[in-house]
Amino acid sequence: MLKAKIFVELKPSVLDPQGKAVTNSLHNLGFEDVSQTRIGKYIEIVFDSSDKDAVSSEVTKICDSLLANPNTETYRFELQETKS
Amino acid sequence: MKVSVITFPGSNCDHDAYEVFRSRGHIARMIWHKDHDLQNPDLVILPGGFSYGDYLRCGALARFSPIMNEVKVFAEKFGLVIGICNGFQILTEAGLLPGALMRNSGINFVCKHQMLRVESSDSPFTQGLAPGRLLSTPIAHKEGNYFIDPEGLKALQDNDQILFRYCDAQGDASWEANPNGSLDNIAGIVNKGRNVLGMMPHPERSATESVYSQDGSFIFEAIESFFDGGY
Repeated sequence: MLKAKIFVELKPSVLDPQGKAVTNSLHNLGFEDVSQTRIGKYIEIVFDSSDKDAVSSEVTKICDSLLANPNTETYRFELQETKS
Repeated sequence: MKVSVITFPGSNCDHDAYEVFRSRGHIARMIWHKDHDLQNPDLVILPGGFSYGDYLRCGALARFSPIMNEVKVFAEKFGLVIGICNGFQILTEAGLLPGALMRNSGINFVCKHQMLRVESSDSPFTQGLAPGRLLSTPIAHKEGNYFIDPEGLKALQDNDQILFRYCDAQGDASWEANPNGSLDNIAGIVNKGRNVLGMMPHPERSATESVYSQDGSFIFEAIESFFDGGY
């Protein structure tokens, strides 16, 4: 079995109000050297197959069709052998 | 006029839209999102709400509802479609309108009456409304911050696809009057074919005498005169 660890991130050109609010909170907590926070999504999908090429192409299709919005987001992923 | 209002799991403005059209003397029907038949409407409404709990992204899952195939075919044949609030989000996710609706720049859910400025009368939804005309309509959303890349924005501007902008009571579409950080104060756009409208404000919540504003009814009057052959 393969586990896909998928990271969906906002494009650099897209403002991230959540990230900005977190930066402000971190400054309030005393972490003054924090210059920027960007918030994205982390998604895990487990596949029955162990064929990395096939799963990689499937994950790409999944991200393009649903998990990431190409207008505002980019994605990357890694595959890992897993038992469950 | 025959109006089909789609109900997705989590829609919550479907009855408002239904009631407005019914009370104006039209044949309004509620269509469940799993249906495959729009029932031959003149106008389709994708209502506001929180379809699929806004999971993943607002509107991202609703676009895969079975009825959306019919909505796409209807839109391609130049049938009129309005997506209000969550409906606007669904239309962008479905690719029927360009761009995306992001988290409000102020992070918070914004619920208030907001002034809109009509930008173009060149559409079935705004015909007869002079550019510069102000409408007071409610907004209620957390993801209404319209975003599109610079080329896309230029295309919207060049093709006169921006129908409504957020403005203040004097009609100034200033940054201060922008409730959600929306690019270019965009509150509503049409597709290139000018038959698909997406807007964050709620005309259906401001179209009866029992509520604070009736300005939403101007949009419905424009659509009615379109079907009377006035466009």
